[in-house]
Amino acid sequence: MADGALDALVAVAVGAAALAFPFVASGYHLYQGAQVLILAVALMGLNLLTGFNGQISLGHGAFFAIGGYGAAILMTKFGLAYWAAIPVASVVCFIAGFLFGFPALRFGGLYLALATFALAVATPQILSYTGFDSFTGGSQGLTLMKPAVPPGIRLNADQWLYLVCLVFGAALYWAARNLVHGRIGRALVAIRDHPIAAETMGVNAALYKTTCFGLSALYAGVAGGLSAIVVGFVSPESFGLPLSLAFLVGIVVGGLGSLGGALFGALFIEFVPNIADQLTVSFGEGAKALPGAIYGVLLILVMAALPTGAAGAARVAARALASPRQSKVEKSGADVAANYRKGEAP
Amino acid sequence: MITRRSFLQSSAAAAAFAASAGSARADNAPGVTATEIKIGQTMPYSGPASAYGVIGRTDAAYFKMINDEGGVNGRKINLISLDDAYSPPKTVEQVRRLVEDEKVAFLFNTLGTPPNTAIRPYCNENKIPQLFVATGAAKWDDPKHFPWTMGYQPSYQTESRIYAKHILKTKPNAKIAVLYQNDDFGKDYLIGLKEGLGADKAGMIVKEASYETSEPTVDSQVVTLQGSGADVFLIVATPKFAAQAIRKSYDLGWNAVRYITNVSVSIATILKPAGLEKSKGLITGYYGKDPTDKRWADDAGLKEYTTFIEKYMTPKDLIDANAVYGFGAAATMIQVLKQCGNDLSRESIMKQAANLKDLELPMLLPGMKINTSPTNFSPIRQMQLATFNGANWELFGELLTD
Amino acid sequence: MGEFLHQVASGLALGGVYAIMALALVMIYQATQLINFAQGEMAMFSTYFAWKLMDLGKPYWFAFFATVVVSFIGGMVIERLIVRPFANAPVLASVIVFIGLAFIFNALAGWLYGYSVTSFDSPFTGRPWFGAGYMSAHEAGVIVVTLCVLALVYAFFRFTPLGLAMRAAAQNPVSSRLVGIRVGWMLAIGWGLAAAIGSIAGMMAAPIVYLDPNMMFGVLLYAFAGAVLGGIDNPFGAVFGGIAVGVLGNLIGAYVVGDEVKLSVALAIIIAVLVWRPSGLFGRRLVARV
Repeated sequence: MADGALDALVAVAVGAAALAFPFVASGYHLYQGAQVLILAVALMGLNLLTGFNGQISLGHGAFFAIGGYGAAILMTKFGLAYWAAIPVASVVCFIAGFLFGFPALRFGGLYLALATFALAVATPQILSYTGFDSFTGGSQGLTLMKPAVPPGIRLNADQWLYLVCLVFGAALYWAARNLVHGRIGRALVAIRDHPIAAETMGVNAALYKTTCFGLSALYAGVAGGLSAIVVGFVSPESFGLPLSLAFLVGIVVGGLGSLGGALFGALFIEFVPNIADQLTVSFGEGAKALPGAIYGVLLILVMAALPTGAAGAARVAARALASPRQSKVEKSGADVAANYRKGEAP
Repeated sequence: MITRRSFLQSSAAAAAFAASAGSARADNAPGVTATEIKIGQTMPYSGPASAYGVIGRTDAAYFKMINDEGGVNGRKINLISLDDAYSPPKTVEQVRRLVEDEKVAFLFNTLGTPPNTAIRPYCNENKIPQLFVATGAAKWDDPKHFPWTMGYQPSYQTESRIYAKHILKTKPNAKIAVLYQNDDFGKDYLIGLKEGLGADKAGMIVKEASYETSEPTVDSQVVTLQGSGADVFLIVATPKFAAQAIRKSYDLGWNAVRYITNVSVSIATILKPAGLEKSKGLITGYYGKDPTDKRWADDAGLKEYTTFIEKYMTPKDLIDANAVYGFGAAATMIQVLKQCGNDLSRESIMKQAANLKDLELPMLLPGMKINTSPTNFSPIRQMQLATFNGANWELFGELLTD
Repeated sequence: MGEFLHQVASGLALGGVYAIMALALVMIYQATQLINFAQGEMAMFSTYFAWKLMDLGKPYWFAFFATVVVSFIGGMVIERLIVRPFANAPVLASVIVFIGLAFIFNALAGWLYGYSVTSFDSPFTGRPWFGAGYMSAHEAGVIVVTLCVLALVYAFFRFTPLGLAMRAAAQNPVSSRLVGIRVGWMLAIGWGLAAAIGSIAGMMAAPIVYLDPNMMFGVLLYAFAGAVLGGIDNPFGAVFGGIAVGVLGNLIGAYVVGDEVKLSVALAIIIAVLVWRPSGLFGRRLVARV
């Protein structure tokens, strides 16, 4: 129960900080803040699928893209307002994810990973397909007008967009949290860990798995739609393989099976590439080619330090604080669980 | 009650008022001091387009050279170049950081069509010069709608229009096959080709085949294109794929007249790997000197370039066409700054950028001049057709202007 | 007809490269149950090593075998130093480490050698086979090399004690330790072999696709597709899958849907095959006992 109180405290602290942020930061920091929130929403969705339900997806950039392009098309070609376009686009994403979940039922972890990897690679090609040009703008992409701040509210555009992202993010976090702590969440975890036992207990694995796919796609879609209006531009290059890989990095660094970890993961994938870029400066002029290498090194170092992600480390630390003796037993238990999972057939 | 919000707002308003009052008197741009001009840029130093990072390194090295010589009108150039991994959301972030945090005077040579498209509204709304963008899309020559954005190299559409006209002149009954990269670069060429041929002659294009940069080779596409029976082959491909296409078309025994985009004409890095014999007869629209072409061995401009590379870059950069590109773009930028004299407000910089008259650069073809005006935001509009004779590029015809 | 044969021929050659790469993937998968996303970049880096040797004047076959040996050692070193520490971490942590490795090799190659396209010699020169030029000497050579590598790998695992020990270590590490097999070293050797095979794939690919830091990404992609199609736990399946992907890819792009949607169609086909045969065409079908 101390766990629950600590969790609540952390949630309140983070929420307060997030709310205060737009009034102390300005300009591009708000843009970065909005990006972090957007990524966190996408990561929450992916974590639902991969962390809680055990289905590895390396292709969530595709659903992010459907959300982004969907919102952009609805706004530019059909004149929908942004607060309507994003939900509509996310419903489309849900359907797409749900449909993708059907064939995904048939193949196991590794093959699903590779199939979604192929999806991520194919996404830019699908987006720039000439047949869709009249909607998607082809390879030139679509430029969006930034949403106007509603009259009477004395905020600038950056602050307003940040708060819009915050509202969506908080609402989706709250929804995911309820889901995870309720019956559905338990069913998802059961399907991940003991699929046969779960079926025997009456859990309709197929329905839960496809719905989970749909939900995670919906989250990615909302994130994509928000990204479209915050950046003001969508193009096939915005949604390539690096994006899907970044999502994977985000949930692992944040911690699989942890919704709160999504925020940490989002901070990581938003800021660490910048850090890698800055670090190249200290290597001299010719080393400007190296941000990729530094990023790779940082990835490995972070994984070495936090193999279960930030959330995993936080859990261990919290338990160590609560009761030093108990934590050792639990830690070796976690090791056993990890080994067991690894030894399972894909 | 003075809340924090109202305080912030009023100080923001005061700052804005001061800034606007300042610009009415055309104060120098932010980032300009008595001793320094701060310039910003984003480049894909990581990610799939990282090959173009050389342009950024060349820009930086060139400015270092200028600084070593004393700077421009007593001011040193400080180029802040950030990595955007060719991702438009990241470009927006980095550009905003450059403008709002680093307070650069303006943006120079930012690379890529999607990245530049993403930041164009921001730059134009905030009246920040977005100069000499490193992309050949046609859209950067639009001073009416985007008065703060200016292109640099001859646009892809210009180039393929020139090829179209040449085909109409030399082979009016040709059957044309096109290999193109499936992105804005490749598709722009197609548009220009069709425009140059004209609506009635668009049927001359009998087959188009595209490829993704994630594919290992274009051999299969070339086979398909040959199968269409075309006798003119337009290769719109970046270096690696261009070399593959040149080699494959020769190996197949395909006797077509081959045109190749001028991003892929370097002898050392494309024609030699493809095979010098196999590259014979290629036609391109040339506008810059190839440092690996022996014909320029005694050229003063090439000597300048070589000295620069030896002193400020690494040996492998000498043959890199991207380094030649950066060398020219940076020189053009310096010319603009020189013309500004002591008036380094953003308006003045933009004005001078649109006021280049007959500027000649060491690595442009002899006789080529850079010109800009308030209605012409396309600095380099000339090219000359050249054909490869197995050893070097032979210019023919006259200097063409679009 | 000529065009069709050309497509098939170049598809076979490229498919051979995919097949060799897929073999390397299978090797690591069989030993560790993991897919090494960095395999392509490691192969590219090895190929640059070979190129550097030839640049310094060494003859082709010297460079070839030196590279294979050095790659073998390099693979073992990477396994011991970078992969081993994550043996007890969640699976996805290892995947992230592989992604990091891929970034590192790619950026290093770009930094050391630049991004200019470089030509790479082929040991197979001379008149094309079959006279009509359907297949260049190198392309034919690639197919021969593919079959040789496949035969060697099969023979190694089937007929040598070391191969048997590796198979045992992969299938049942606990029992293998009990009979005296040094499981840790088996893993390292597995990685070394995979790196060596990957380097062969790179050196076979480079004359066709040209050497540059991004050369192997596309190859790896199609090797994945081939491994998925054929079954990742079956070397023969993976090789078949790789060659099939090469040939079918060409034919689909040329005759069925055009190159503009080739990738998307390939994706759809992969999904369709997996729905029909979830472990790939020749993969071991997993039956879960309730």
